[in-house]
Amino acid sequence: MDTAALKQELTQMVEAANDMTSLENVRVTALGKKGRITDLMKNLGTMTGEERKNAGAALNVLKDEISALIEKQAADLSAQELDQRLANETIDVTLSPRPERTGSIHPISQTMDELVSIFADMGFSVAEGPDVEDDFHNFTALNFPIGHPAREMHDTFYLPDDETKEGEARKKVLRTHTSNVQIRHMTNNKPPHKIICFGRCYRSDWDMTHTPVFHQMECLYIDKNVTMANLKGCLSDFVRAFFNVDDLPVRFRPSYFPFTEPSAEVDIGCWRENGELKLGRPKDPADQKWLEILGSGMVHPNVLKNCGIDPTEYQGFAFGMGLERATMLKYGIPDLRSFFDADTRWLGHYGFDPLNRPNRATK
Amino acid sequence: MKFTLSWLKEHLDTTASLTEIVAKLTDVGLEVEDVNDPAAKFAPFKVVEVIEAVQHPNADRLRVCQVKTETGMIQVVCGAPNARAGMKAVLAPEGSYVPAIDMTMKKTKIRDVESNGMLASEREMGLSEEHNGIIDLPADTPIGTPMAKIFGLDDPVIEIKVLPNRPDSAGIRGIARDLAVAGLGTLKPLNTKAVPAAYETPIKVTLQNTDACPVFFGRLIKGVKNGPSPEWLQLKLKAIGLRPISTLVDITNYFTIAHCRPLHVFDAEKIKGNIHVRYAKNGETFDALNDKSYELKDTMTVICDDSGVLGLGGIVGGTSTGVDENTTNVYLECAWFDPMKIARAGRSLEVLSDARYRFERGVDPEFMADATEMATQMILDLCGGEAGSVIKAGELPQWQRTVEYDPSYATKLMGYEIPAAHQKDILTKLGFQITEKGNVWSVVPPSWRPDIEGRADLVEESARINGFDKIPAISVLKDGAVARSAETPRLSRMRKVRGTLASHGLQECITWSMMASGMAEKFGANDRQKAKALRLTNPISAELDQMRPSILPNLIQAAQRNTDRGHANAALFEIGPVFFGTDLQEQPMVASGIRTGSMGDRHWSGAQANRSVDAYDAKADALQTLAACGLSAQGAQITREAPSWYHPGRSGSIRFGQNVVAYFGELHPGVLKALDMKDTVVGFEVFIESVPEPKKKNGTAFPLVQLSQFMPLRRDFAFIVDQKVDADAIVKTVHLVDRELINDVSVFDVYMGKGVDPGKKSVAINVTLQPKERTLTDADIETISKKIVDAVVAKTGASLRS
Repeated sequence: MDTAALKQELTQMVEAANDMTSLENVRVTALGKKGRITDLMKNLGTMTGEERKNAGAALNVLKDEISALIEKQAADLSAQELDQRLANETIDVTLSPRPERTGSIHPISQTMDELVSIFADMGFSVAEGPDVEDDFHNFTALNFPIGHPAREMHDTFYLPDDETKEGEARKKVLRTHTSNVQIRHMTNNKPPHKIICFGRCYRSDWDMTHTPVFHQMECLYIDKNVTMANLKGCLSDFVRAFFNVDDLPVRFRPSYFPFTEPSAEVDIGCWRENGELKLGRPKDPADQKWLEILGSGMVHPNVLKNCGIDPTEYQGFAFGMGLERATMLKYGIPDLRSFFDADTRWLGHYGFDPLNRPNRATK
Repeated sequence: MKFTLSWLKEHLDTTASLTEIVAKLTDVGLEVEDVNDPAAKFAPFKVVEVIEAVQHPNADRLRVCQVKTETGMIQVVCGAPNARAGMKAVLAPEGSYVPAIDMTMKKTKIRDVESNGMLASEREMGLSEEHNGIIDLPADTPIGTPMAKIFGLDDPVIEIKVLPNRPDSAGIRGIARDLAVAGLGTLKPLNTKAVPAAYETPIKVTLQNTDACPVFFGRLIKGVKNGPSPEWLQLKLKAIGLRPISTLVDITNYFTIAHCRPLHVFDAEKIKGNIHVRYAKNGETFDALNDKSYELKDTMTVICDDSGVLGLGGIVGGTSTGVDENTTNVYLECAWFDPMKIARAGRSLEVLSDARYRFERGVDPEFMADATEMATQMILDLCGGEAGSVIKAGELPQWQRTVEYDPSYATKLMGYEIPAAHQKDILTKLGFQITEKGNVWSVVPPSWRPDIEGRADLVEESARINGFDKIPAISVLKDGAVARSAETPRLSRMRKVRGTLASHGLQECITWSMMASGMAEKFGANDRQKAKALRLTNPISAELDQMRPSILPNLIQAAQRNTDRGHANAALFEIGPVFFGTDLQEQPMVASGIRTGSMGDRHWSGAQANRSVDAYDAKADALQTLAACGLSAQGAQITREAPSWYHPGRSGSIRFGQNVVAYFGELHPGVLKALDMKDTVVGFEVFIESVPEPKKKNGTAFPLVQLSQFMPLRRDFAFIVDQKVDADAIVKTVHLVDRELINDVSVFDVYMGKGVDPGKKSVAINVTLQPKERTLTDADIETISKKIVDAVVAKTGASLRS
């Protein structure tokens, strides 16, 4: 039996099939129930002995060969089809993806979180207190004598007297500093005290460098042997960590605050390079300039007494810093008033990523 | 407090340079605010001689001058009519900057003739308004003399900040004393020799209220001549910004600045009878020397004669007895006034004067007799005349006090040692009197230091003179190996809420805690806030006169500002206090946010990108905020009642138990109109402290979760209900059918319109069944489905949509 001609014919048909449908037709023509090879197989019954054996073997070989050819052609065709489909599915990858709104964290909040992380490392925890305060907690307890000119250093906002209260609790003010929190904390807890506090403060002053609302951070550490040297150490560690300048020079200058004695203004070193402000130590010591960043001192014995603490047993330090100024310095933000304007462009530019919160352990 | 270097050197014998003095002032706590060395500004301008002045070839009004400078001859073209050969003039040379005309001199050609600088007029040098000609100096003025020297402008002016506790530094003498103690020279002695009395002063003094004015020195000086003061005195006063008036007045100002000792001079001829010092009567008035008239109160101290008020003691004198050029007999007052009373009177009348500034801080009570003698001498020296006797009424106030001090306390407080001997040296030089009793000293502060109260003050004195740079820096370390959490629960919530809202596309901002009272009213000030108690008595502007009852209006106004700048669709939030009262618990911390306009710009991907914001966005923000505070969505109940500033149909409250923990919704169109906001605004307010604290337990943080091995099944149901039925009612009902089996119920379609009867709506839900024990059979599913339909029909009057 000559299968060569049939093989050639079928092979041509398989190769000519250029889509899956015509390939399937070829398969039916060759291998279907009534297909050419099947038909020949059926004829085997009419053969005998050696002839049948040989013809059967040849047909089986042909069947396998054609099957393999069809399979290969099918694979080629489907690969072609997929290529074609993929080519048709091409998109413009330069188009922008679906928008997602991006929010941001205000620089003041960022600074507060940074402060918590730095001071937590030194063992401080946070205390809180109210914005609307009474005269006692804002002034008197802090050793501001009534009528003393030091009270005039604070341009205080007043609220009407609270007629239901007596004495100094009657007179209501918007706190001029966060020191009221120190007083409340010392009054309600037993020493030692190792706290920081921050929040909104209010002074009736509005110009290029003052806003009626601003933020302060304060730190208080009272124990039996906390010294002014500790104040200097704590502050130096803090400003170096906060401003991220390892050898940031720190200068203490004698000053006056009613609530501390001795009192010191604290400056950090800076210089100008091509008009740009740099924090730290300049190459030439003659270029060293100073920036005042906070007020500090040893808590006045009268303040301790006012909070029920024996100043012969306990002592310690306190300091306070304006957050806007520190934030402006650290991040190079030029205008104080922009902090309160809620300009979305500003918030987008100076705001911080909500998923990357300050933490001393991470970069 | 301003003073000149030469004035300082009248009290301080020193070889220190200006730079050293400035640095030391800051070191000892007398912070230098400004140093103005006019000589530096005028340094290039020196005396020259005009050798030749000839007519300019191309200009009628110009002359070409050959000028001799200290370094050689130069040519200058000059337009001044008085330019002439042989005159001494002032040259602004090529390259010099002339501040008064803001110009740098350049070599130039004026009408083709070379000119190297400018011969200057007084106006061009900023000395006066004189501009009719160039400066014309005496012929014997040496060439090269600095102009600043000729005009007495070579004296640097130093300005220091006077701290409230250091009245002594409001006088040059006090400043000089600190510098001397700090090692910068020696304090020169004062000549306090008494001036003998030629006659008895006839004007007597009675003090009626010694609590206000305990002591008063008075003295008559007859036969004075009161013209303009000598040039040296005028220059001193002008240099620090004081206007010379007349010799007598200038002398009082001299004592104020030099010695922190305000004095007053009366024209004795104008005093009627004797001097009485008393409290004013309410409503009494007088005309002050500052050209104002004041109505007085009975807490203010006045100096009177037999006819009435002459002046407000320690604050400002009166016109009725003011000295002038005709004054021949002068009555000198040197008194001491109670600082508090001065401060109160000065503040209530709003008078700022050099006298008040010093009296309210505390003037040295011991420096009165000497000051009287010194001032008398100065008057005699400058005005002539003859002094009468000194009248002293009252007694010096009791200023002496003793501080018991153990010098080792300095080490304990400062953390490093300042040796006792060194402390003693510093304190003694500062004027403290020390009596040693074993280890403890009895220390009497000097009369000019009213601020010294206790031992901490003494430590400060030693430490500041010793130098704060000597304080070592000793780190504060935490007690344990691992720092405990520093956040309060509230602060922790604030941080989580901030991160949540910012990561959901809102920008955090900070706005004022105050707002206009009219606006506060629209946001509930009158309902829930003690509005009157929270109205500032001294607002900085009418726009900020009320503590805010809500953050929303501030955010809406901020969004509007952004829209006005061309940036619409702001999404903003703020976490801060709102105020319902003045007590501690009436100032809750609120997280509030708004979304305005649309969710974003148009985008190729479809309309979802720029769809309008709606109340559900605000609800999502509120729920996420609550989740950050630890409240699960299941724990929250949504109800319809929201405050009046929300759209009544598109707003709600979120409750946890009895507490309202949040409001959300679309803002009321009327409120938006009042705020000039044209876009849709949705917003929320979450009271972040009203979500209860989770109970602290020692067990594990999470309950055990059971993850079923069986496939969940999902079935859809569509119900027709009345439009007023809340979808939530259907969802809750379905949940209750089988809490174990029914894992989730969600609404995936709400439809009103064609095919649904008017007044009805179709609500389609998807129910997820999660078997835990075995796979559900068809019969199980049919049973639960029937239960679900029956329950919803029974509870809401629904019918199954066919």
